[in-house]
Amino acid sequence: MLSAIPLFPAQASTFAADVDRLYFLILAVTSFFAIAVVIFVAIFAVKYRDESGTKVGAPIHGSIPLELAWSFIPFVIALGIFAYATVVYFELVRPPAETLQIYSTGKRWMWRFQHISGRAEINELHVPRGRPVKVTFTSEDVLHDLYIPAFRVKADAIPGRYSEIWFEPSQAGTFHLFCAEYCGTSHSGMIGRVVVMEPADYQAWLSGSDGQPLAVRGQQLFQQLGCVSCHLNDGTGRGPSLAGVYGAKVELANGAGVVADDGYIRESILTPQMKLVSGFQPVMPTFQGLVNEEGVMSLIEYIKSLPPAVKPAAQAAQAPAAPPAQR
Amino acid sequence: MTTTALPRRTYLNHEFGIKSWLLTKDHKRIGLLYLVFVTLAFMLGGLFAAGIRAELTTPAGDLVSSDTYNKLFTMHGIMMVFFVLIPAVPAILGNFVLPLMIGAKDVAFPKINLISWYIFVIGMFITLSAMVFGGVDTGWTFYTPYSTQASNSNVMATGIGVFITGFSSILTGVNFMVTIHRMRAPGMTWFRLPLLVWALYATSLVQILGTPVIAITVFMLALERGLGFGIFNPVLGGDPVLFQHLFWFYSHPAVYIMILPPMGVISEVIACFSRKSIFGYSFVAFSSLAIAVFGFVVWAHHLFVAGISPYSAMVFSFLSFAVAIPSAVKTFNWTATMYKGAIWWKAPMFYVFGFMGLFLVGGLTGLFLAALGLDVHLHDTYFVVAHFHYIMVGGAIMGFFAGLHYYWPKITGRMYSDTLGKFSAVLIFVGFNLTFFPQFVLGYLGMPRRYHAYPPEFQVFNVLSTAGATVLAVGYALPVLYFTYSIFKGEAAGNNPWGATGLEWTTQSPPLPENFPDQPVVTEEAYDYSKREIKVA
Repeated sequence: MLSAIPLFPAQASTFAADVDRLYFLILAVTSFFAIAVVIFVAIFAVKYRDESGTKVGAPIHGSIPLELAWSFIPFVIALGIFAYATVVYFELVRPPAETLQIYSTGKRWMWRFQHISGRAEINELHVPRGRPVKVTFTSEDVLHDLYIPAFRVKADAIPGRYSEIWFEPSQAGTFHLFCAEYCGTSHSGMIGRVVVMEPADYQAWLSGSDGQPLAVRGQQLFQQLGCVSCHLNDGTGRGPSLAGVYGAKVELANGAGVVADDGYIRESILTPQMKLVSGFQPVMPTFQGLVNEEGVMSLIEYIKSLPPAVKPAAQAAQAPAAPPAQR
Repeated sequence: MTTTALPRRTYLNHEFGIKSWLLTKDHKRIGLLYLVFVTLAFMLGGLFAAGIRAELTTPAGDLVSSDTYNKLFTMHGIMMVFFVLIPAVPAILGNFVLPLMIGAKDVAFPKINLISWYIFVIGMFITLSAMVFGGVDTGWTFYTPYSTQASNSNVMATGIGVFITGFSSILTGVNFMVTIHRMRAPGMTWFRLPLLVWALYATSLVQILGTPVIAITVFMLALERGLGFGIFNPVLGGDPVLFQHLFWFYSHPAVYIMILPPMGVISEVIACFSRKSIFGYSFVAFSSLAIAVFGFVVWAHHLFVAGISPYSAMVFSFLSFAVAIPSAVKTFNWTATMYKGAIWWKAPMFYVFGFMGLFLVGGLTGLFLAALGLDVHLHDTYFVVAHFHYIMVGGAIMGFFAGLHYYWPKITGRMYSDTLGKFSAVLIFVGFNLTFFPQFVLGYLGMPRRYHAYPPEFQVFNVLSTAGATVLAVGYALPVLYFTYSIFKGEAAGNNPWGATGLEWTTQSPPLPENFPDQPVVTEEAYDYSKREIKVA
């Protein structure tokens, strides 16, 4: 929190405590070695001091058992730390299946957050306590980095691709949000705050907006850009049906397979020829420059909302009746 | 103490005039030429650091503008990394003592050695003019796409300067490697080599294999910035993260270019002032090679939050833990060397004590950053800033100072004030810790790097840091004064003021232009103190 002289950051996410445990473990191990070496150096320096400079030391040249011991034991300890730290890391980079989805774009020098219910905010991020939240984000210009110290999470925002962080806030309050990757003049001004609210307050906050749900905006864009004329839901169009494609495995023309995740859909909109779906002609034009990052995110949200196509194909998906607010 | 006279004919007085220096092929003079320019770069880099610390005393960005601040930390990094840390020990001390240590008249290619210095000076001049004419603001890391698409500063000129300077490093590496292979005195077998020579050998390997990669990377950056090639720019189909891979493929091994030679110096000094052979000679020697080799396969630990696959992050984390082991082995061996020694508390040894303390902290905090789950939080915070300063300034510069104090009587033939030497070692140690230890706390609290302004609750630690930097500046300024004084007024040192082993101490101080009156022959192991009768002035 924003107290006077802090010595330790707030633990405001479920895994902040895990990261801190790892920190204290490494601190204990390294302090042990540092203090041991310092004590030995100090004792030897004092005990064997010779002010005349004329005495010589004992003829000791080394010891193979000692060398092996102080190579092997630190190595085993290092392996242990490595294994523990890797387990914590996989917890940090693997979001659970059910998360509250938020989209974000960084650009010099601000963060924009888009909630799927439609509310958007700049340099502020409101999230509910006690629910896993996933932020999918990219950059519109140079590298940035979305960093929330109280949650112990961070990832670079990289133009041209998606990054994600996830966290489960465990404590209501206001916390720092920083850009941690140098981005030019106002890098240190690209900061904001994360407001963790009680779930009920969060719902109230969300409804205080007149913005349309993201999937609805995506659907409008889908029609405006003419996507709808080729991507027919019954699979008879010039492009593949998008119903139920999100998260499914797609077979490509070159024989490879790819999971249709956020990154793949973004790539297919902006550079359609890169990973062509098997059985279709490379006729889709690029939408680079015609749709911005936020537009792409709304299209993804729309495609996500499409239910799997049901046969017979005539029953094409209508508008997303109730955009899934929870993800 | 008796005042012995300086030798009559030395490398310093056998020729005079500016031309005799600028056209010299003598490795000793070239070492001193580097010393002049590296000192200049160190002062400039220190001046930039003073600007950074002054700005960060208050949370608001009120002393200089954001753009100026960004240029200050960029130019601080570029000056210190490319023009101080990389050349300090190899190009200054290495040039001076390597041929002396192996009993050679000079390096293998004396003309190339001089050319290296000219390339270094030209590179430095170009980089400095880029700074004078507006500066550069990309950070010393030149990350794309900022450096190619967004920055309005002198990226090209700086890049050209760094590109050129790299060749100086490559040529010095080649020169040293050939020298060590071909120029050893009779009887100087590989396992009789002083450990500084082993360290310089390992460093040369990294310089030769790594430096071309940064040259290529900077060249590609220039192609994209100048001619619009789409290498790193995603809009043109490039990949910004590719730049980071290429950059760190050199720049992580470069850390070992900076730290391996000071480690070699530490081995020399600790053996001399403990009056003992180094504990586990071959383990210390091979750990240098192990570090040089492993150093090439850990680069992606700088990219743990840059969108690389979690599995590749896992591999690089493992390798980063592995590279810590040879450094630990060295530290344990140095400590064990002191056991049952006869420890002579002289100024160079004080710098070794300082090195041991600071390198320990620097090395061990590396484990925090190699640990994946923890690096996510610590990456790009002040924890990283503190960590690498402990290695590069606490380790490398402290080791360089140990070497400078150790070899100064050999270089100039005169002694400096031992008391002042010890005093400044203590000042540097205290000032350094006061400057950088608070930054570990700041980093864990989450203060990001390269911030011109910061939230007010971080101020206390920043004020401590600035106060420490002031002490540190005094600690670094003192040696300049007493070394300069010693050149004119210092007592004559004699051939071997420390009672040290090693061929470099058998010849006069300052040495003859041709180093030795006769071809020396080696008949004993390195650091064979226990069989000696030591006389010191």
